[in-house]
Amino acid sequence: MEDLAYKVMVGLEIHVQLCTRTKMFCGCALGFGEDANSRVCPVCLGMPGVLPVMNKEAVEYAVLAALALNCEIAEFTKWDRKSYYYPDLPKNYQISQYDLPLGANGFIEIASGSGQTKRIRITRAHLEEDAGKNLHTAGDFSQVDLNRTGTPLLEIVTEPDMSSAAEVRALAVELQRMVRYLGVSEADMQKGHMRFEPNINLVVTKDGAEYKTPIVEVKNLNSFRALERSVDFEIGRQLGEFAETGETMQMGNKSTRGWDDAKEVTVLQREKEEAHDYRYFPEPDLVPVELKGRWLKDVRAGLCELPLKKQMRFVSEYGLSEYDAGVLTAERSTAEFFDEAVKAGGDAKRVCNVLTQVGLKLANEKDCSIVELGIESEGVAQLCGMVEAGDISASASAQVFEQMAETGKKPDVLARELNLIQKSDAGELEAIVNKVLAENAQAVEDVAGGGKKSKKARGFLLGQVMQKTEGQANPKVVSEILDSKLG
Amino acid sequence: MPERIDREQVTKVAKLSRLELSEAEVAEFTGQLSAILDYVEKMNELDTTDIEPLAHCLPLSNVFREDSVKESLGTEKALANAPQRDGPFFKVPKILDESFGA
Ligand SMILES: [Zn+2]
Repeated sequence: MEDLAYKVMVGLEIHVQLCTRTKMFCGCALGFGEDANSRVCPVCLGMPGVLPVMNKEAVEYAVLAALALNCEIAEFTKWDRKSYYYPDLPKNYQISQYDLPLGANGFIEIASGSGQTKRIRITRAHLEEDAGKNLHTAGDFSQVDLNRTGTPLLEIVTEPDMSSAAEVRALAVELQRMVRYLGVSEADMQKGHMRFEPNINLVVTKDGAEYKTPIVEVKNLNSFRALERSVDFEIGRQLGEFAETGETMQMGNKSTRGWDDAKEVTVLQREKEEAHDYRYFPEPDLVPVELKGRWLKDVRAGLCELPLKKQMRFVSEYGLSEYDAGVLTAERSTAEFFDEAVKAGGDAKRVCNVLTQVGLKLANEKDCSIVELGIESEGVAQLCGMVEAGDISASASAQVFEQMAETGKKPDVLARELNLIQKSDAGELEAIVNKVLAENAQAVEDVAGGGKKSKKARGFLLGQVMQKTEGQANPKVVSEILDSKLG
Repeated sequence: MPERIDREQVTKVAKLSRLELSEAEVAEFTGQLSAILDYVEKMNELDTTDIEPLAHCLPLSNVFREDSVKESLGTEKALANAPQRDGPFFKVPKILDESFGA
């Protein structure tokens, strides 16, 4: 096979489950893992004669996410019926939005390495209801569980602006972080809160001409790993197929493939010809939504500094590494806690070290977030200040931090109680140094002698001072006094 | 008057709607549906140049409910009218083709 130059084009369709208490059009509680068909009512069962009523919170969450995605918000938006013929949506249609989505023409920034960002255009964002679950493992029939039927979903469609599997993953991860920051979705992959459908094709250059390969849509991916791997697999497969057949993109040759997680391959899905004959029409049971004025302003007030922006600010303003800034901004509450501690006077890098090395570890052990450890950000700033001033050692600060979480006491109180205050008083330490030097004439001589022995002897003397102070001397101060004495 | 809708279209719509029609019914509905379309066609006589498209026939918008939980039916009531059940599930003929997505 000859080497072909090619570009990758991927667009994504993403379904995000919103974290409202109840379903989109009825008061049934959202849940996960409850008994099958226990969270259903006449509305979500599609009984005749019932009327759906919009969940205001779901609309607000969707608009907030669309605003964060820099979408134009439709002043006037409405609902449509999309024909659907599977038993997990017993009405035989899905309530969705067709020609007037609530958001359109937006964009999302993703990190593209070394502090750079790339802008991916958002085609549209709209609200719809989820289907239930069909299970096929029981025998010669299928089982249907309608608990999920009617769950509010935000569908986001991007332009084909991603040019690698890594970028596709970056967008998915960024979107997860974003909707969590906004508080509109738990975005828990394990619970299927985010589902991805990438549209993939290549632009191959051959003999100076460009050829587009047929578009493939991979259905229903629910992990970042499957998403990334399936895109990578498709790139290789499409390249091979183009080399073999030379087939290019045409009307009607888009195909749908599924992802075999075990074999790590995409598999062609046979679709009925009429599968995409959705025959949308306006939903007569629901009145339109007008998004403007005071209400839109109130929803907009729910926006916050978005995670990628925060992460980049932590790098530029506080001098953190990309990695540390990424760790701290994974969760909004942790990022805000860090920011508060720095604003309360803590040195940014020291606060970062305490939080990433001690705080996150402790939070992890307790299966909670840093904020839930019950420590005030001012306390962390104070703790960092104490290390900075040499009152306690950096290693002792870990112990103090843990006790702060345990007892709720202030760091200076704990440092005293735990006997962790370092002696930094130069006069007091000088007397001890003098005593040590007097008691260890041989070592003093070795230091003067220079060479390898000198270094060792100096270390010995420092150790003696630390021992005499029961480890409470500030080693930096002792070292300075030793330097001045030994020359 | 020429038929506005042909047998082929009626057969297709019936298939999409999972309806099994006899030959006689196809003929009957082809005529009926054409008549309906003829009737609706009268609307085209109106000049709608400056008329906003109507999304809903009621002059209302923003009818919401609060996001508060109402009691659901529970599994037993939910399944009471089901033609067939399997434990807590609705039992339906095996779905072979699932290459769809809501
Ligand atoms: Zn319900």
